[in-house]
Amino acid sequence: MSNWALIIYCGLITYLTRFTMIALIKKEMFNDRIREVLSFVPSAIFPAIIFPAIFINDSGSFQLEDNPKIIAAIIAMVIGIFTRSIIATIFSGLASYWFLIFVI
Amino acid sequence: MKSSFKIFLKGIIDVSPLMIPVVPFGLIFGVLAIDIGFSPLETMGMSLIIFGGASQIVLLQLFSGGASSLVIISSVGAVNSRHLLYGAVVSEHLSDLKLIWKIIISYFLIDQAFAISNEYLKKNKNNNRYFHLVGGGATCWVIWQSTTLLGIILGSAIPEKLGLSFAVPLTFLALLVNDFRKFINVVVIIISGLVATLGYNYIPFKAYVIVAALVGLFTAMILTKKIKTK
Repeated sequence: MSNWALIIYCGLITYLTRFTMIALIKKEMFNDRIREVLSFVPSAIFPAIIFPAIFINDSGSFQLEDNPKIIAAIIAMVIGIFTRSIIATIFSGLASYWFLIFVI
Repeated sequence: MKSSFKIFLKGIIDVSPLMIPVVPFGLIFGVLAIDIGFSPLETMGMSLIIFGGASQIVLLQLFSGGASSLVIISSVGAVNSRHLLYGAVVSEHLSDLKLIWKIIISYFLIDQAFAISNEYLKKNKNNNRYFHLVGGGATCWVIWQSTTLLGIILGSAIPEKLGLSFAVPLTFLALLVNDFRKFINVVVIIISGLVATLGYNYIPFKAYVIVAALVGLFTAMILTKKIKTK
């Protein structure tokens, strides 16, 4: 398959993941119970991106020791809980990560 | 009723803090794609046609590892399958729209726009409230395309040592700050994270994202029911 064909197929499947539910679901299908469960979608999906990016290293294996990302993420999380600020969370995480790898 | 343009602007303003990490992310993508051997035009094409950061990085990872096209396409689909859930959530607010609008808005249904507009859509009942989602999505589109281009141009001038890819999980972490205070959310977060981490090497086609999300949602379903019946 050529690179362009690959890119277009990947684009098509991505677009379909976005369009399908918007096109298919009707308002009547929603009740309070479904709404309640769907309100957990961010909490259910984002950790699946966050955790592997922190705990799995570049070679694909689990790394618990000597991993500055874990400490930086914990600092970011604590700052986030107290400040409730998206920017403060991101910056404190990056700043502590750089501090850990460049200064210590 | 608020004008559509004002709601569009509100979407831009609300999403902007989330754009800070998109900048290094786009740069990294541009740099990596060229490094792996895609042409500048193909790299730009990926950002324009796919327009999904995490899945584009997955595409590069698998491509450089020599994965077959079928594996790459299904992995991109699996990583992006989270949009199915986003779509299910926002569809309620879009159901009265014409098909052409649904087609256009679908292109802009991305993590950051979903995260900020989900709150807005729930609180506001104007008929044109979906312009908030378009504003957020369009902002991200501009940033993503321009930083991809910048990454292509700058190439290897950006030191890998900075570890800018760490900005990606931090963005998602920042999106959860309000959920860390709620008990059920914390349980769901931990379970989903554990499933994804443990399944990372064992669940085929990089489908760990959607498997973990479904396990997390199922947990939420049980816990919310248990707590209510008590």
